[in-house]
Amino acid sequence: MWKSFHQFASPPHFYRLAGYLIPWFGVAALILILVGTYGGLVLAPADYQQGDGFRIIYVHVPSATMSLAAYTLMATAAGIGLIWRIKLAHAVAAAAAPIGASFTFLALATGSLWGKPMWGTWWAWDARLTSELILLFLFLGYMSLRAANDDTGKADRASGLLAVVGVVNVPIIHYSVEWWNSLHQGATIIKLGEPAITGDMLWPLLTMMVGFGCYFATVLMIRARSQVLQRERNSRWLKDL
Amino acid sequence: MKKRYERGALVALVLAGVGIAVALTLRALDENILYFYTPHQVSAGEAPDGKRFRLGGLVIPGSIHRTPGSQKISFLVTDNKETLPVEYEGVLPDLFRDGQGVIAHGTINDGGVFVADEVLAKHDENYMPPEVAEALKEVHGDEQT
Repeated sequence: MWKSFHQFASPPHFYRLAGYLIPWFGVAALILILVGTYGGLVLAPADYQQGDGFRIIYVHVPSATMSLAAYTLMATAAGIGLIWRIKLAHAVAAAAAPIGASFTFLALATGSLWGKPMWGTWWAWDARLTSELILLFLFLGYMSLRAANDDTGKADRASGLLAVVGVVNVPIIHYSVEWWNSLHQGATIIKLGEPAITGDMLWPLLTMMVGFGCYFATVLMIRARSQVLQRERNSRWLKDL
Repeated sequence: MKKRYERGALVALVLAGVGIAVALTLRALDENILYFYTPHQVSAGEAPDGKRFRLGGLVIPGSIHRTPGSQKISFLVTDNKETLPVEYEGVLPDLFRDGQGVIAHGTINDGGVFVADEVLAKHDENYMPPEVAEALKEVHGDEQT
């Protein structure tokens, strides 16, 4: 098992594997997002309270979910890189940061556009919104810490520690709507008891979420490959390629 | 090999330390993180005295009174334990209606009326088409007051 673990962590192996997987994930992302968009904008019925305005959920919820998933993945990769000294793990973490920041920004922007007509305000300092904003700052902080260090090894270690420490914010974001009174409503999909969303509205949402996940995987692998190229620019396997 | 465990323990230790620090900070800030107070909390004296705060609850159906010719409106907000009258003048969000969750920002005057200068609508986590909502209303009709 250790052998396969280290084989997977070897840059040439990862480079080849990612190159093989990228088109599959890319095509899956394209199909799922197209189907989900059609399902969400055309097939799903209007909401009983919010009418057609609720349809922004099909972008807002997947991007918010992916922002948390991207951070968790980035922190895990950075932690593995710190503990086992695996450079590939740091490369993956560095590749994930800008994508995660984009998802976070998208979640905040769509949430703001949704909040104005429904709640009556663009922004409120409630627990959910504030902790998601902190997530954006964590991503940006990680990226600037990397950019501030010319030495890749030092950048890996410094930014990696920030990524790992920042992971405490992830459960805070998730449970913020339960722990405190907030303007943001509670969870819809992961909830005990009666379903909070009907099936004809739910399936496009789940499709979009899986589609966003595939899109994230695609871009992550493309970016991680270019990270590997940069880090291994003097190595022999690259010259042989 | 030993160094790997040392590094692992170090990372775990830092994470645990920061986690505890954040948990303690959030506990200390608890009241400030609450976005609104319920009428029950207000009557229990938990809301800040004489300062602006946010009041959250449901609009009692049928309690909305509009003053003709102006934007003045008054309604009752409840959390099914206590009820508080609210007065407001200004633009309301689309979702403001009977039975809706709202958050009002303002102060309590001497007469015990909450005078708001901002009213936000809170929506719940339920999404369904109007037909389903109608059907649910018929089933649960007796439970709603």
